[in-house]
Amino acid sequence: MIELRMRRGVHPPEGKLSASSPIQEFPLPRQVIIPFSQHAGKPATPLVKKRQKVKTGEKIGEASGFISAPVHSSVTGTIKALETVLLPNGSSALAAIISVEGEDDWAEPTWPVKELSELTPDDLRKIAKEAGIVGLGGAVFPTSVKISPPKEYPIDSVIVNGAECEPYLTSDHRLMLEHTEEIFQAAQLLKMTVGAKRGYIAIEDNKRDAAEAFEKLAKGMPDWEVVLLKTRYPQGAEKSLIKVILGREVPVGGLPFHVGALVQNVGTLYAIYEAAANGIPLIKRVVTVTGEGVEKPSNFMTRIGTSAKELLTAAGAPLDEAAKIIFGGPMMGMAVKSPDIPVLKSTSGILVLTSAKKRKVFPCLYCGKCVYACPLKITTTRLVKYIQAGMWDQAKAFGLFNCMECGVCSYVCPANIPLVHWIRYGKFMVRMMEAKS
Amino acid sequence: MNTAIISLVIMGAVALVFGIIIALAYSKFKVEVDPRVEEIFEILPGVNCGACGYPGCQNYAEAVASGAAPPNKCTVGGPEVAAKVAAIMGLEAGEVERKVAKVLCIGDREKSVWTADYDGPQTCAAAHVAGGAGKACSYGCLGFGDCVEACPFDAIHMNDKGIPVVDEEKCTGCGLCAEACPRDIIVIEPIEKRTYVFCRSHDTPKRSREVCSVSCIACGICVRLAPEGLKMEDNLAVVIDPEKVTDQAIAKCPTKVLFRMEP
Repeated sequence: MIELRMRRGVHPPEGKLSASSPIQEFPLPRQVIIPFSQHAGKPATPLVKKRQKVKTGEKIGEASGFISAPVHSSVTGTIKALETVLLPNGSSALAAIISVEGEDDWAEPTWPVKELSELTPDDLRKIAKEAGIVGLGGAVFPTSVKISPPKEYPIDSVIVNGAECEPYLTSDHRLMLEHTEEIFQAAQLLKMTVGAKRGYIAIEDNKRDAAEAFEKLAKGMPDWEVVLLKTRYPQGAEKSLIKVILGREVPVGGLPFHVGALVQNVGTLYAIYEAAANGIPLIKRVVTVTGEGVEKPSNFMTRIGTSAKELLTAAGAPLDEAAKIIFGGPMMGMAVKSPDIPVLKSTSGILVLTSAKKRKVFPCLYCGKCVYACPLKITTTRLVKYIQAGMWDQAKAFGLFNCMECGVCSYVCPANIPLVHWIRYGKFMVRMMEAKS
Repeated sequence: MNTAIISLVIMGAVALVFGIIIALAYSKFKVEVDPRVEEIFEILPGVNCGACGYPGCQNYAEAVASGAAPPNKCTVGGPEVAAKVAAIMGLEAGEVERKVAKVLCIGDREKSVWTADYDGPQTCAAAHVAGGAGKACSYGCLGFGDCVEACPFDAIHMNDKGIPVVDEEKCTGCGLCAEACPRDIIVIEPIEKRTYVFCRSHDTPKRSREVCSVSCIACGICVRLAPEGLKMEDNLAVVIDPEKVTDQAIAKCPTKVLFRMEP
């Protein structure tokens, strides 16, 4: 085991309330809402009609392009309607509303299920594509695209991302403790698929127990290394991990394969294992339900499409006392007004806070805290000033599109300036103007 | 005394030499400019709004003088400017179609559903990237007035319920408000065209009904009653020919989003 730490970034209070509660299988809901756009890229094309019967694991939406992913029914039942529904990020998308009818009747997987040792790289790519597997760390980028890098960029290192640097969230932590072996097997498959020489398992030191579990498995395997990272946010971001572990910097606008690296979240690896070994597509995930407003902070293995309200009720959250409900972690999550929103592939947690302050925004003090904290070395003070002034060319030169919106700058800002919001606004304005001209 | 004279003489000589060099250079490298460019530029309003399709008035003047652009493209100046420009060029002015901005959303704060409080940067675009500032309709007007900010003619104002209203007297149809709108609610169309479906929502009928009381719910009644005047496009009725939209179709619209604007 080697120990490393990230420079820059912040260390917010961890608040991992649910770290000691084992993953519970969440009971089948009465109805699920499955949006056709749960991944980065183009929404899936619906394959089903109203009143059609579907089985658990049946494909209901087909990937509509290279960067896209199929969507599967997470229950057995009837399609009640195809409707536009609200997503956690405030946008709306077409979704299939399925009423559940009885226990699971599993659909045949659309890929061959073989012994894990017999799988070839092409098999694994097919599995990732057909099973609708996307990056479960939050970016929901289609995994099949990630593991098919162009030939001129050979990948030498695979990094298993178990950092889980967002405060409060524990879904990856529990998964690593309870399914260590499955994750490790999937990681080996992945390493074989891309032909990497080295494998790293990156875990932050607030999850030492998980790191030790992996250390036991990786013992005697010279090409695998467990990396214990000093807890720091946003260390779990792909580019931060590559920088910390491999010392390489992903170029602006580039992807990890440009520097010969592949990073996969442990949740994604578990989904790959389930698909490869058991023929189960990505229809469930671990969701942490936590926060001061929850009586029993828990980790639920939940069907995609289950209403967040049911999870909150099960975890004992008096909804009228909640001041703020956040989908995802406190740093990058989205605050939602109503919990009548389905759990998506990207939902790693639901956070209920009992106090939420509306903070007064003051003018910038030029203290430079945001600049010191930014993991991507963006001069946030200048960048946001340019955005506020509408000076788009200068904003671009100051790294507008380098920003990954991790939220560190807004977190440290003593003047409470919503810096990330301004940057997202800037990105939107530049894209809009480019589209309209 | 002597020093003063010497310096004066030297400076004078230097100035003379440079003056001659500049004069020679001017006559040698002179750029021929069409004098009409200057004349046309003088006549144009000089707001650099870009409605003519050129970046600014100077560029449009150059284009007209070189014959690349017709003289009637300046919507701000209207027929008067077009006539003067045409006179300089010795052309027919042609018709200047007067266009104005029209706001195709009437879902104000009272008629539409808002689901969240928003306290981020107070612009429409910033609210739009934050999921629409809590406005349940993801197509409707957000009411922070990016269009008002963009207007160089003070021709668009927010009413007290958060929907912009165009002052057609002042509006020149330059289109800067339409460009600023993150939701493409504003269109620039001929002033004579008065009949519109005042909604831009492509939501399913059920959702449209839930989020706003004045939305197009894609019932199709207007399209059935005036099939030549309207068509249905992805859950939204669109006027294709205002002449053919019958009074009956307007009267039967259940949410009253199809109507004729007051002149």
